[in-house]
Amino acid sequence: MNSSSDSTPAVQLRDITVRLGGRTVLENMTLDIPRGKVTAVMGPSGAGKTTVLRLITRQIRPDGGRVQVGDVHVESLKGRELGRFRRNLGVLLQNGALFTDLTCFDNVALPLREHTQLPEALIRRLVLIKLQTVGLRGAADMYPRELSGGMNRRVAMARAMALDPDIMLYDEPFAGLDPISLGVSLRLIREINHAQGATSIVITHDVDEVAQLADFCHIIANRQLIASGTPKELNDSEHPLVRQFMRGEPDGPVAFHYPASDLAEQLLRAPVR
Amino acid sequence: MSTPVRSESRVLTPLRNMGRALVFLFKAISRMRFTRLQVAETLRQLYFAGVRSLVIIVTCGFFVGLVLTLQSYDALARFGAADATSTLLALSLFRELGPVLTAILFAGRAGTSITAEIGLMRATEQLDALDLMAIDPMERIVQPRLIAGLIAVPALVVVFNVMALLGGVVYAVFLMGSDPIVFWGNIQNTVELGRDFGHGMGKSVVFGLVASWLAVYFGWTAKPTGEGVALATTQTVIATAIVVLFLDFVMSALML
Repeated sequence: MNSSSDSTPAVQLRDITVRLGGRTVLENMTLDIPRGKVTAVMGPSGAGKTTVLRLITRQIRPDGGRVQVGDVHVESLKGRELGRFRRNLGVLLQNGALFTDLTCFDNVALPLREHTQLPEALIRRLVLIKLQTVGLRGAADMYPRELSGGMNRRVAMARAMALDPDIMLYDEPFAGLDPISLGVSLRLIREINHAQGATSIVITHDVDEVAQLADFCHIIANRQLIASGTPKELNDSEHPLVRQFMRGEPDGPVAFHYPASDLAEQLLRAPVR
Repeated sequence: MSTPVRSESRVLTPLRNMGRALVFLFKAISRMRFTRLQVAETLRQLYFAGVRSLVIIVTCGFFVGLVLTLQSYDALARFGAADATSTLLALSLFRELGPVLTAILFAGRAGTSITAEIGLMRATEQLDALDLMAIDPMERIVQPRLIAGLIAVPALVVVFNVMALLGGVVYAVFLMGSDPIVFWGNIQNTVELGRDFGHGMGKSVVFGLVASWLAVYFGWTAKPTGEGVALATTQTVIATAIVVLFLDFVMSALML
């Protein structure tokens, strides 16, 4: 995946259309993720941010368009090729998705044991180093149920980077974190990106955190990419939708209410049931 | 009045589900791999599915033997054939009751727990996480549980039969005063190793595969919600009981 030159984007989505359950989630969307940077993909709830992640990891195929990671055309991958491709991805899912019947140590060791022939002594050292990076070496023998949600996500982060992947993907890494865990997570994502020289993609809707973390941002809404730029450029944008999203305004192009009939008419109507 | 479309779906939906479950089983079997990690995981599952089912198997086996002997002894004594109780007990156990009841108890104890575990793994994205780490969930999750069920059920059938015979001895010999030599002698004279015990064990292997297959299938296809997992566990018990009873009839007819 690293064979492309540094100037070419690490991930390219070209004219992507995705339909899920009869609904068009993305339509002819084109988006580039720069190599070696932390890029945030933002947007209101239901805008298709996680769909972008699932396209890159080839959990879903687009109905139209092309997904390219390095030199690899992801949408056509299957079987062993897909397995090889995914070994170069580190994915942090929204709730961590740790295996509850394994200790933190065994969770982090799992990809190393499955995909390498390393001796157990070396795996032990690697796992302890990864856990040290996320500050949880002391919790190596504990089970996920014994840790807080934030700690679970840090262990999952250690597991995601166990094989030193070229691309790290984070799905809503800041959701529900207390201020300390949030600060630690921000620092960790930055450090991992810097130390591993990886490309990091953060799927989020937390505007303040993105301003501190990301080198580059994309905003997705209404099935399209509506803006791209540095956090500062997006903050200064006069685009009505970008402004509404960045400032958290209820009124604007993105409707707060799900489409429904007239409120007064519905309240006064006799109940059907 | 039901519409033609509705009655058609009533017929087609179960057929479609059966087809899906069969495809799932073939996929699981075709992707089996026997690495050191797989063997270790299979042994762990064997402990959870087999060893942890021992309490219910031992208890139920003992009481089934006790009640079966009580009823048979009473009925046979009316015809002056109380000595035949042990023959009736052993033949019913080895041929039918042992394999069938053990498989249904296994579905209730271990099958539901396998279904709930896999359903919750789907709901909490653990199966997605495996996929994303390029680890095949079929290999890592399904295969060890399938093999564990295949080994555990025949072993549990032996335990069930032994405990039921013990229950029979307690009632017939210790409570009713039957001669223990006649009790064991009749079993030795009438029960054939291949025809009676062997056929029963053959059934238990098939039932073990069915019970573990349906448990992993319903867990795998469970909707990732609390309601979905609850429904899947119920389906596991119902489907296993129906399939086991149906196959028992078919196999008994073919083996006789």
